[in-house]
Amino acid sequence: MTDTTAAPQATSRRRSLPLHVLGPVLALIALIVLGAMLNSNFLSYANVTNVLARSAFIGIIAVGMTFVITGGGIDLSVGSMAAFIAGVMIMAMNALIPTLGIGVPLVLAGMGVALLTGLAAGMLNGFLIAKVRIEAFIVTLGAMGVYRSLTTWLADGGTLSLDFDARTFYRPVYYDGILGIAWPIIVFALVAILGELAMRKTPFGRHCASLGANEQVAKYSAVKVDRVRMGTYVLLGVLVGVATIMYVPRLGSASGSTGVLWELEAIAAVIIGGTLLKGGFGRVWGTVIGVLILSLIDNILNLASIVSPYLNGTIQGVIVILAVVLQRQGKSAE
Amino acid sequence: MTAILEARGITRAFGPIRVLHGVDFSLIPGEVHALIGENGAGKSTTMKILGGYLAPTEGELLLDGRPVRFADQREAEDAGILMIHQEFNLALQLTVEENIFLGREKMRGPFLDKKAMREEARDLLARLDCHADPRTPIRDLSVPNRQMVEIARALGRNARVLIMDEPTAVLTARETDVLLEQIARLKAQGTAILYTSHKLDEIARIADRVTVLRDGAHITTRPAEGFSEHAMAETMVGRELSDLFPPKVPARDDVVLQVEGLTVPGRVRDASFTLRRGEVLGFAGLVGAGRTELMEGIVGLRPATGLVRVNGQTIKPNSVRAAREAGLVYLTEDRKEKGLLLTKSLTENLTLLALDRFGRIFIDKKAEDTALTNAISDFDIRVNDRDMLAGSLSGGNQQKLLLAKTMLAEPQIVIIDEPTRGIDIGTKQQIYEFIAALAAAGKSVIVVSSELTEVIGLADRVVVMGRGHIAGELSGDAITEDAILRRAMGVDELTGASA
Repeated sequence: MTDTTAAPQATSRRRSLPLHVLGPVLALIALIVLGAMLNSNFLSYANVTNVLARSAFIGIIAVGMTFVITGGGIDLSVGSMAAFIAGVMIMAMNALIPTLGIGVPLVLAGMGVALLTGLAAGMLNGFLIAKVRIEAFIVTLGAMGVYRSLTTWLADGGTLSLDFDARTFYRPVYYDGILGIAWPIIVFALVAILGELAMRKTPFGRHCASLGANEQVAKYSAVKVDRVRMGTYVLLGVLVGVATIMYVPRLGSASGSTGVLWELEAIAAVIIGGTLLKGGFGRVWGTVIGVLILSLIDNILNLASIVSPYLNGTIQGVIVILAVVLQRQGKSAE
Repeated sequence: MTAILEARGITRAFGPIRVLHGVDFSLIPGEVHALIGENGAGKSTTMKILGGYLAPTEGELLLDGRPVRFADQREAEDAGILMIHQEFNLALQLTVEENIFLGREKMRGPFLDKKAMREEARDLLARLDCHADPRTPIRDLSVPNRQMVEIARALGRNARVLIMDEPTAVLTARETDVLLEQIARLKAQGTAILYTSHKLDEIARIADRVTVLRDGAHITTRPAEGFSEHAMAETMVGRELSDLFPPKVPARDDVVLQVEGLTVPGRVRDASFTLRRGEVLGFAGLVGAGRTELMEGIVGLRPATGLVRVNGQTIKPNSVRAAREAGLVYLTEDRKEKGLLLTKSLTENLTLLALDRFGRIFIDKKAEDTALTNAISDFDIRVNDRDMLAGSLSGGNQQKLLLAKTMLAEPQIVIIDEPTRGIDIGTKQQIYEFIAALAAAGKSVIVVSSELTEVIGLADRVVVMGRGHIAGELSGDAITEDAILRRAMGVDELTGASA
């Protein structure tokens, strides 16, 4: 990235790095060019805002997922967790209307409930994985079922809806913004920037990578392994809470089908971005590009009628697999 | 007698870098041919070419006098050439017998003939004096027993040529004896054996011929008889070697570390000892005596009970961080699995233990870079490229990087477990000098080692462990191989003799 005039002995690794690093960036640029050629509205303000705002939910979650995966873990429960948090948040806000009335305090209380629920859910996952030492896959698979079913139960099989007036008051959090940039986009950008800084520049990011690369080495190097691992799940839980805060004002409701498959989209975005699934190396900016690639594919299929939008999943699936093949070529060249 | 397997003028290049320059090597039935050289001299590459793992870039291989080219290691195995790796090629989840027969399972009709395999596995292990149960999964076996399983696997395949890459690096003196006896037996049966080791006394004991490599070039091949260990070492290094061990510096009087009644459940019982400032304290004992476990218990890597005092202050138990903050660090014997992140850069490895010294919120990358520059010069780490991965360093340089990483935490007390395992003689000498310099600078060092010469050459005082407890302590002229071994095996305890 920095010096292009590398010494001759630095050959193989340096030479392979650009493809490995630039692959996702080039794919994103190609998609933007393709989209612009297929539909003149693609680059319009409305469409760009729409795509970015809708990517924000998955994007915010995927930033947290980057830390979990870099630390050698996985979290399958985030989609259900988002639905559950949305449900709890809506119920809490409805219940608080008589005391707080419709206004800023109500929205702040709702946000607080969402963040605390996310924090608690992340702590529970982290505790079971880091302290009780149950495999992350198992814990979060179980949690996925639990939160999904709890949401359905809370909604009594139907939909939990936010009080109409509260919803009208809360709506601008999704639809408005400052200087023409929608709030979800601003929040996503902030989370991504902080995440990138944390991953690259802080001891926490370094510790995550060392944990994912070799837990034994991390332990022998006085890294507080349990605490770091727990930290990744807590961070992800809180970010799911943040994502839900941005999501609820969009529709104002939650049901058993809210957030279905979000976990897989988030994991896919992380992998497309170049983070290793087995842990040890992660990059947040890559994840952001991964999220954008996934939502652009969706958007282009909807705008252009060449390929059926029903094939969205197929194309996304192929891209995830290609991304991993690309990663491996980058690695074997070392 | 003619050679079974011969390499003529083999050269190997990785990209633009040539690591072997026209090496000749031959193996004759019923002969042990030792291949020696420093780390990075080209031993591994030569062995891999002979074993069919790598193809030579130039030159030819002859099998029974006819040129061959092995497509892969399997073809070499079919021709009776087997290689035993330093890092074992065993499936950890499978049992001993399943590993021995992996890929050539015995069948009865469409099913596995487990009974026949178990019996043959037991026979093979018995020939090696190894009493591991064939039904045990490999992950439950000790490292020496894993080594024996590797060898049994080769025996089961009727190897004509056996290539052994430092087979004794992880064995104790007694286990080494068993292995060397077994090698003598194989030799008598007409097997050709290529043997490498950094332990030159073993080479002198079992080799018939010795080939020395240096910097990828063939230096000499000559009969082992009349080739002294000292001459071997000098030929390897290419210069005269003075004394291997630096002079000892007397310790100061003040005690810096007191361990009282330390017990690691199931491993160590009630161990107590003290360490003084500027002292080099040796820990000797057989593998499995509990030395590593005791040290890991002291620094908080294993759950332990008992007291650990640094400068009179009791440190919080079971916390690696607390031990580090008290100035007490442990350098593991297993640098590949516990010491270094092989897939990470040198810098990330170097600063991991002392990362809090490089900024609380953001890591100061410039300071890290300076630290790497200093480490490379202070510890003489030979790197091709500052951005290389730790796993691409040779063993000796990995050990130096691990030392540099540990010293970055500015410890007062350093526990070094097997400081020179798998390391060539030139680097060994550097590490010994480094340990002596540490002690001279007023730091205290504990050296845990299975190499008695190392313990004797470095330590002012030696604690001997046997079967999980401290079996004796020796100091000054009383430190002899015989005295250490008697205590390690519990002979003196039985007879009631004292130091």
